[in-house]
Amino acid sequence: MSHFRIDIRQRAEEVLALYPRPRSAMLPLLHLAQEQDGYVSDEGIAEVAELTLTTPADVRGTALFYDMFHLEPVGRYVVGICTNIACLLAGGDELLEHASTSLGCPVGATSSDGLFTLEETECLAGCDVAPCVQVNHRYVRTTTADAFDAVVAELRAGTLEHDVPQHGTLIRVRRAMGLRAARADVASERSAASAAREARTPKETK
Amino acid sequence: MATLTAPRIVLSRTDYADSHTLTRYLATGGYDGLRKALTMFPEAVASEVDQASLLGRGGAGFPAGRKWSMLRKAPISYLVVNGDESEPATFKDHLLLERDPNQLVEGVIIAAYALQVSSVYIFVRGEFALGLERVQQAVNDAYEIGALGSKIFGSDFSIDVVVHPGAGAYICGEETALIEALEGKRGFPRIKPPFFPAVAGLYGEPTVVNNVETMSNLPWIINNGGAAFAALGGGRSTGTRLFALAGRVNNPGVFEIEMVKNTFRDLIYDPQLGGGVIDDKKIKAIIPGGVSAPWFGPDLLDLPLGQDEVAEKGSMLGSGSIVVMDETTCVVRAAWRITKFFARESCGQCTPCREGSGWIERAMYRVEHGGGRMEDIDLLLDLCDNIAPGLTWPPQQTTICVLGPSIPSSVHSAIQMFRDDFVEHVTKGGCPHD
Repeated sequence: MSHFRIDIRQRAEEVLALYPRPRSAMLPLLHLAQEQDGYVSDEGIAEVAELTLTTPADVRGTALFYDMFHLEPVGRYVVGICTNIACLLAGGDELLEHASTSLGCPVGATSSDGLFTLEETECLAGCDVAPCVQVNHRYVRTTTADAFDAVVAELRAGTLEHDVPQHGTLIRVRRAMGLRAARADVASERSAASAAREARTPKETK
Repeated sequence: MATLTAPRIVLSRTDYADSHTLTRYLATGGYDGLRKALTMFPEAVASEVDQASLLGRGGAGFPAGRKWSMLRKAPISYLVVNGDESEPATFKDHLLLERDPNQLVEGVIIAAYALQVSSVYIFVRGEFALGLERVQQAVNDAYEIGALGSKIFGSDFSIDVVVHPGAGAYICGEETALIEALEGKRGFPRIKPPFFPAVAGLYGEPTVVNNVETMSNLPWIINNGGAAFAALGGGRSTGTRLFALAGRVNNPGVFEIEMVKNTFRDLIYDPQLGGGVIDDKKIKAIIPGGVSAPWFGPDLLDLPLGQDEVAEKGSMLGSGSIVVMDETTCVVRAAWRITKFFARESCGQCTPCREGSGWIERAMYRVEHGGGRMEDIDLLLDLCDNIAPGLTWPPQQTTICVLGPSIPSSVHSAIQMFRDDFVEHVTKGGCPHD
């Protein structure tokens, strides 16, 4: 029995077909596991291991290296606030402190209603709108305490569902096709190109 | 006054609200560069890039043409595009990925044609959800119009491009770590030599890794010629470049300006660019090229924005991100936060980096938050010296990759330039700015 839903399993198989070696699909598949469950569950890990021809220990060890994978359940909304250099100069620490009070949970924890997980992040490359805030890796462009509270209110009311899908959903644009350049074509083109190049390159004169 | 006469090469479309769509792209000359490239021999395309002497825009500033020429002799297997922009205060590739993804894809196809590579991976930082969606859409569109796939635009060239999401690790910006991540492993940088993935890259095969901004320049270079690009800028720093300006300025943002023709002062103070320092405060220090770079004082503001010009003064233009710290900034806190970042992001393979970053972070923490000791200041310098012996620039390396020697830059600069601030923190038992 597959732990992945039918649609996720199908997307996983499409992803696998894009790489010459199954293990290369590790990160995209972990993202899919996280999309289905909201976090990377043990069952998700087992399925990724099966698909990538690795072991659950291997998958877990790889997932733990990357900040975006949560191996424990998290809130529906993971709120990330940057405090790195550009945001530090714009009051990132103060906004993080405010968020902690406002959401009712310490940094790194989940609110008691299970809706929000608050994180202090490293630079999110949005330094022109600092301090930079992401919810489920969507930029919300809010830099003041009041604007932050307004976004939180909207999230609670469920009016931002389109802009901020639930935690784990990363790429909503699906690849429209598999690989088109047939492997045999690629190989023969490459050797033809090498031969042509050799023919055009002037021979070195000794 | 800043010199703003150069054309906008990579940001020509970003004023349009729909700059990311194929419709806008095709209406503004999109895919003309690729069509032209396909009428040329691959070597001729590569030699235009050589002539442009386009320096890689990722941070190291290695000439893109030379990187390619190392490969032209043997057939290469993979082209990998590095869109894992994570250097703190750098946000230029993010802009290109979100606002002009078609231009990136066209540049990538041109590069692949020049190198005769048919398998391309665009590695995009995982936190860029919107960027990932837009690049995927641009790839889908390119297949749709026949710019990707089998026999593109009726030529004999076939190519596939795959968009690969990262998952949150600064170290994956290092090209060999990025390749490891692409192979589905932890992002551990590979031992050098070989110094270049050109020798052994993805799956051990010859691979080229190029930055997003580098690729985005290619359509213009092919349309207008390498010579036109090389005519801009000065010295080895040709063309325009994206500068990401952040920190205590009125108008932070990404600006495309001609290299060398402008100075740090122009970028920070010109009303069309940075617009000056917030509340007209005095500049205390600037970080000239990402947090891995040693800092400059206000005395160097008139230095031209060129790769060699900045290198001569003992720092680097790096990723092109400039952070302005003014007289209200606590430099101890700034340096501590940067070290905390490195301590968190060190992959843990090499002892000097793994242990050194944490040790420096703890010492910086106690100086900033009270509990610092006077001998901590020299202890910090000693720790820095252990990671990058001699504290010279460019730094000596004791680690597999350059993350290690990047750690001391901010702490060393801060102590060297503002030792009195450290002394004040220790004697007051905490941060005087709190």
